Amino acid sequence: MRSALTILGIIIGVTAVIAMLAVGTGARKEIAKQISSMGSNLLIILPGATTAGGVRMGSGTQPTLSLSDAEAIQKQCPWVSDVAPIFSGIAQVVYGHQNWSTGVIGSFPNILVVRNWPLDSGRPFTQQDVKNATKVCIIGQTVVENLFGSSDPLGKIIRINKIPFTIIGVLSHKGQSAQGQDQDDTIYVPVTTAQKKLFGTSFPGMLRVIMVKAKSSEDLPLAENQINELLRQRHHIGRDRENDFTVRNLTQIMEAAEQSTRVMTLLLGAIASVSLLVGGIGIMNIMLVSVTERTREIGIRMAVGAKTWDIRLQFIIEALTLSLIGGIIGIIIGISGSKILSILAGWTTIITPFSVLLAFGFSGLVGMFFGFYPAYQASLLNPIDALRYE
Amino acid sequence: MVQGSSNMSLIQVRELTKIYRLGDIDVRALNNVSVTVEQGESVAIMGPSGSGKSTFMHILGCLDTPTSGRYFLEDEDIGYLGRDELARIRNQKIGFVFQGFNLLPRTSALENVELPMLYNGISSRERRERAMMALKEVGLEDRWDHQPNQLSGGQQQRVALARALVNKAPLILADEPTGNLDTKTSAEIMEIFVKLNSESNITVILVTHEPAIAAYSRRTIKFLDGFIVGDTR
Ligand SMILES: Nc1ncnc2c1ncn2[C@@H]1O[C@H](COP(=O)(O)OP(=O)(O)OP(=O)(O)O)[C@@H](O)[C@H]1O
Ligand SMILES: [Mg+2]
Repeated sequence: MRSALTILGIIIGVTAVIAMLAVGTGARKEIAKQISSMGSNLLIILPGATTAGGVRMGSGTQPTLSLSDAEAIQKQCPWVSDVAPIFSGIAQVVYGHQNWSTGVIGSFPNILVVRNWPLDSGRPFTQQDVKNATKVCIIGQTVVENLFGSSDPLGKIIRINKIPFTIIGVLSHKGQSAQGQDQDDTIYVPVTTAQKKLFGTSFPGMLRVIMVKAKSSEDLPLAENQINELLRQRHHIGRDRENDFTVRNLTQIMEAAEQSTRVMTLLLGAIASVSLLVGGIGIMNIMLVSVTERTREIGIRMAVGAKTWDIRLQFIIEALTLSLIGGIIGIIIGISGSKILSILAGWTTIITPFSVLLAFGFSGLVGMFFGFYPAYQASLLNPIDALRYE
Repeated sequence: MVQGSSNMSLIQVRELTKIYRLGDIDVRALNNVSVTVEQGESVAIMGPSGSGKSTFMHILGCLDTPTSGRYFLEDEDIGYLGRDELARIRNQKIGFVFQGFNLLPRTSALENVELPMLYNGISSRERRERAMMALKEVGLEDRWDHQPNQLSGGQQQRVALARALVNKAPLILADEPTGNLDTKTSAEIMEIFVKLNSESNITVILVTHEPAIAAYSRRTIKFLDGFIVGDTR
């Protein structure tokens, strides 16, 4: 009973270690997954300047990015492999008696390459479609579900803001974004179609975003520099004036997201170290009591020939046993707790053999470290004093 | 390295003094005690309470150290040995039997007898065999799995005896081994000591208050106020 209370600290500590590693690795994996679902090696160019604090002022309101900017980047930046301009808006979509409100994105055909998003069926629109502002569209899975149910949408005509569009392709399922948005609730159309036919704009050719894919992750900073230079030149921005656009690296955005899980990890880490410390002190305490209670036994063992390290090892092993039992219980609770956490809070938690080993190792270290002092005390006893101890 | 004599005695003690300091007063438990015991002797130590018998036995048993004086055991100068070397001596050369048995509680007789062999690297199988043999020697092999609280005083002392002889030590020290036992049981225990002494040539030194027990030994040393006042064979 006394031992059970003692190892409680170790149990909590090890549980926290397991949970910490599970949440940490889970979050990292989730973020990596989302980065790759967004598309890898991405740069996002937004209209409007960045202030020193990183808050964009009046983003999207200034018409500073245009289709010709996107075309220039595509032509003049060798580190860039694909450019996808984005002009988007919300539109009402109708098919038969069904209607649905969704985001319509106007872009180039290679948006699918940039976003790393294959089609389920049909074909992508072409550069020719962009040139002619054809009324064709590619629709996401959520739109399919809401307008067509289980029937095949390919070749059907839907009305987007009352204008008829032919469905030429269906996107594959992609799931939620890092911000929790349903990425499948979307429609892609040629960018020119969006600009000229769907959403009126007072600035012809204006874009909301330009998405750029670099040739490789090493080329990302080079591509970023090239784009900055090219756009400053094109926008006639003088030497000491600020950019009227912002280039964002997607990995930076994801790193910010990772920051918040790091806080959680740190918190759990703090709980882990405090309770391991408390547990260790508890073990030291119970071992000191045990040494006192068993002074006679120590005397007997010394009388028949136990050496210094025989006595020390005996008590260190006892402390180690206590802490490892606590460790095993903690690992079990930690694993099941992480499972429950991922069900209740919807976090991805991952338990690796390494984290189990680490937690086990930690509990062992605590046992050894805090078991040593009582063991050392026991080994210092004088045989005859220990034998005569009442 | 042995002063005076060159023959190899089992025990040579020269001017052994033990002083306990209690606050301001010094208690001289042993005063310049010198004695020699040969291999194979059986010695009874007698004397009134507080005369220093136990103190002497503890020093002989390497459980305690003298304030001054020298102690040679098989020509090894005990005064120069460290803790772990003393532990080795206790393990290999000395079997100690206490008045209060000093067995490990909640531990079977067999495991109690195995205890000394835990500390000299004997395989668990051989430990088992030798402990069983030692129990047989004291006539307790059928109680090997009993714990101390399931055994009578006499039986417990037999277990302690088996533990003392299991490492084949040349010297057995016993401080009032029959002090807690009745006359009949005492006699049984003494028979075992006599047998070990005569058959295995084990040197036996025991402390007793009873002349009847002392009579089992061929030599009697008398203590008084920390001095040896008689040594008869
Ligand atoms: N640890 C100790 N601290 C202080 N004095 C002690 C200690 N041990 C023994 N003494 C003293 O040393 C003297 C000798 O004690 P010892 O135990 O050797 O006597 P003894 O002959 O064995 O007596 P008994 O027949 O009662 O067992 C006594 O005066 C005792 O009070
Ligand atoms: Mg005594």
